[in-house]
Amino acid sequence: MWIRGPYGTSPLRKGIHDMGTDIHADGGLSRRHHSETTLQVNGKPHTLTLDHRRVLLDVLREDLDLCGAKKGCDHGQCGACTVLVDGRRVNSCLLLAVSLDGCEVTTVEGLTADGEELHPLQRAFLDRDAFQCGYCTPGQICSALGAISEAAEGHPSHVTDPSVPSGRPVPLSRDEIRERLSGNLCRCGAYPRIAEAVEDVVR
Amino acid sequence: MKTFDYVRAASVEEAAEAYAARPGARYLGGGTNLVDLMKLGVERPAALVDLTRLPLDAVEELPDGSLRVGAMVRNSDLAALPAVRDRWPALSQAVLAGASGQLRNAATTGGNLLQRTRCPYFQDVTKPCNKREPGSGCGAREGVHRDHAVLGHSAQCVATHPSDMAVALAALDARVELYGVEGTREVAAADFHRLPGDRPDLDTEIRPGEIVTGVVLPASTAGRPSAYRKARDRASYAFALASVAAVVRVESGVVAQAGIAFGALAHRPWRARRAEGALVGAAPTDDAFEHAVDLELAAAEPLRDNAYKVPLARALALDVLTRLTASART
Repeated sequence: MWIRGPYGTSPLRKGIHDMGTDIHADGGLSRRHHSETTLQVNGKPHTLTLDHRRVLLDVLREDLDLCGAKKGCDHGQCGACTVLVDGRRVNSCLLLAVSLDGCEVTTVEGLTADGEELHPLQRAFLDRDAFQCGYCTPGQICSALGAISEAAEGHPSHVTDPSVPSGRPVPLSRDEIRERLSGNLCRCGAYPRIAEAVEDVVR
Repeated sequence: MKTFDYVRAASVEEAAEAYAARPGARYLGGGTNLVDLMKLGVERPAALVDLTRLPLDAVEELPDGSLRVGAMVRNSDLAALPAVRDRWPALSQAVLAGASGQLRNAATTGGNLLQRTRCPYFQDVTKPCNKREPGSGCGAREGVHRDHAVLGHSAQCVATHPSDMAVALAALDARVELYGVEGTREVAAADFHRLPGDRPDLDTEIRPGEIVTGVVLPASTAGRPSAYRKARDRASYAFALASVAAVVRVESGVVAQAGIAFGALAHRPWRARRAEGALVGAAPTDDAFEHAVDLELAAAEPLRDNAYKVPLARALALDVLTRLTASART
């Protein structure tokens, strides 16, 4: 018996299972190494019994079939796994899912309700051709969404003009967009068009 | 990754007890460094005691004009606090010079202080490293060490502390608040991190089981001109090659107060006491700045491939000191 998410069991997780020693003799899961965790993902609650080792990115992709967030480096260096937790952009590869019990998670799949048009950022990325392979794109879009709210809330960046009064919204110039999205790598080098797409949305 | 027990503490006392009851436990903050080290096999905790839901996310103005920042305040929120931006700008600048927007949203004030070195030998369990595995040797001293220490290193370890934030805290005379089963105590931020000596496994003065509960920014540096400047390999999202935080006050044509700390040069933020001593009482001239900074950096002992850090740090310090005193010099 292994943890079953609503979309079944992945081979990768079977692999972890085989290595594990934390299955009780009666076939139940060790409570020391697993916990019941509820995540509100794109507006829907999911209650899962999770091995403590599992990071949010893997739970999204393997248990919830939400494969928008990508595994690039798996070490918080590339930003391909960026999602929003309680409205803030984070690297889902570095967050233990068990620590997020009760949190709201938004992935690129949840930016619009079912049947809706694309989110303005998605539309802008298409219009500007802001990608080649597209692997980093969901992370770029979630990151841009987070960055836009941060600037609106008055969060400064490394390049923010000191004359912007603290606590006031920060206008997103091209330099601001580039700096604020520096946690998202694009190895195709689509950066100029990514910055243009974000600029289209904030203008 | 090894399996582990997970405990979510509701109070600092409960967290310390949970830690004490579980050999091999580690405290979990934002996890941006610890979870990474667990993936790399560098950290293999038997249990994680999650501190992120503790009521340590408050920011309080204290009656004496200091500001207390809870240990669970996220880096992005710390950098955005109007009180910090207006009164201790070097701290906001330092935090914003580090990591990425995503990481700063997760990383905590306490966790930033306790992050481990990014020395590649420390992070690679197949390599020798006295910090990770005491007695195994140092791969960096004769190996790849372009990013490593030029001040205060030892035969055992040449790693640097990676935090930008900690450098500003050291310069600004901040204090680190700690809670342990034996009670609470405060340590000056400038003394919180250690030099490696023959115990490079110990990064800080924290005792086993102690929790960083907050950081206090003192009235003595509030509102004084302060700044942080960092040199790195790319314009954003890279660790420092060298950095400097400084706070300087000029009164009646002479330097009345100076706090200077270098980053990425040593195993801890390097508080430049000699330079400060030479500056206080002197007129804020180019000559005085050069003399003071050179006095400090005379102690540098670069390794084969990192001598560039000394003139780089010197240029950063001179630039920051000049800018901070510009209005008093004209």
